[in-house]
Amino acid sequence: MKLPVAAVFKRDLDLAWLGGAGAAAPLGFFVGATVLVPLAIGADSKLLSSIGPPLLWVTAALAALMTLERVFQADLEDGALDQMLLARAPFEALVFAKGAAAWVAVGCAIALACAPLALTMQMSIQVVPIIVIDMAIGMIAFFFTGLLAAALAAGVRRAGVLIALLVLPFYAPPIIFGAAATAAAARGEGLFTAPFLMLCGCALGAVALGPIGAAAAARLQTE
Amino acid sequence: MKQKAKGAMISYLANPQRFMRISELVLPFVAMIATLLLVIGLTWGFVFSPEDATQHQSVRIMYVHVPASMWSLSIYAFMAVASLISVVWRHALADVAARCAAQIGVAYAGLCLVTGSLWGAPTWGTWWAWDARLTSMLLLFITYVGYLALWSTIEDEVKAARLAAILCMAGAINLPIIHFSAEWWNTLHQPSSLRLSGSTVHPAMLRPLLMCITAYGFVFLALLLAAMRADIYRRRALAPSRSRA
Repeated sequence: MKLPVAAVFKRDLDLAWLGGAGAAAPLGFFVGATVLVPLAIGADSKLLSSIGPPLLWVTAALAALMTLERVFQADLEDGALDQMLLARAPFEALVFAKGAAAWVAVGCAIALACAPLALTMQMSIQVVPIIVIDMAIGMIAFFFTGLLAAALAAGVRRAGVLIALLVLPFYAPPIIFGAAATAAAARGEGLFTAPFLMLCGCALGAVALGPIGAAAAARLQTE
Repeated sequence: MKQKAKGAMISYLANPQRFMRISELVLPFVAMIATLLLVIGLTWGFVFSPEDATQHQSVRIMYVHVPASMWSLSIYAFMAVASLISVVWRHALADVAARCAAQIGVAYAGLCLVTGSLWGAPTWGTWWAWDARLTSMLLLFITYVGYLALWSTIEDEVKAARLAAILCMAGAINLPIIHFSAEWWNTLHQPSSLRLSGSTVHPAMLRPLLMCITAYGFVFLALLLAAMRADIYRRRALAPSRSRA
């Protein structure tokens, strides 16, 4: 017997990794967009090292954003969402599992892809693990606040623009603290800086409240 | 006891027909007070109040700008309360109130941004600065736009209302976080630049300003009542059988 939460988690992971371009598309976007910037602004290593942290955060946020459209829409269309509502588990927990799967499949992949990209942005090798951790935690905030926007727009055709608009105010705090934490790390201040702790706070708040709001919205979508 | 009375009051006013009856009586008075206060307040501010020692005539933008910025935030708080009422008690009138308030709130926030920019150009020497308050206001404006966009993209109005209520409450949690993070971010990036010199306002300017603030409140109330009445008429026209039930 499988736990419903584990089943949803595994299903979403499989869909992201085995079902064609699930996780590859945002990852490709992230790498591509980040690599294009030095080509546009030139190879000045001083400039690159100063714009590196904010650039990584902007492209990572956009890459996370582009996955949100399908999080609930596909499940709403094929009836999987109705099945989840019938499952013997709180719907909020299942929505949490969906968010967790998106974070593992896409968020962690983007965080890991930060490592080589940070090196190309002239950051020192000691800082790279810190940037990966920063980004992994920032992705929690991006995906769990994004869940809410995804659920709100699940019934809308071509919801990409709407989701981007809805999610923008929610991405502002984590991107502020995330980029500041990464910049502080690049200056050699280590992992546990004040912005990093604030970033963790954003992520915790998103995990606590995001699934509740998203579940309430997704429930309405199935009616 | 008080809680019960409050609940009773909400459900008393939530009856659309009763609302239409009462608002029909109240609206002309509110509109009159709003017009009167606005005309007096703005004339006082634009013509009769003294000009500022350092900002000269451009200080007069304050009488348009400050009330808009204050009320745009209060209107969002009003929407959040209306959304909570709509989610908890399922009152259709609360949805109408939240939606109509958002349309006025986005106008106030937009007015605040535009007048702030017009004021910044001669005073700060720039049309836009990534100041903490400007950034918060911009994100508030985007929050409003997102809320209205959600309303307009979902065809089923009942569903749109409930989804918008969820978004509005989430935004109400997010806005204070934005405020504090923008403030923190601002002090990190550009310490203590672009400040208004002297935070106290001279009484000769404060009195017209307070009058404008009150006027904007009444303008909001008048527009809200008018917009809600229009929306209820529209709903009745679209679905005559449903609204009477």
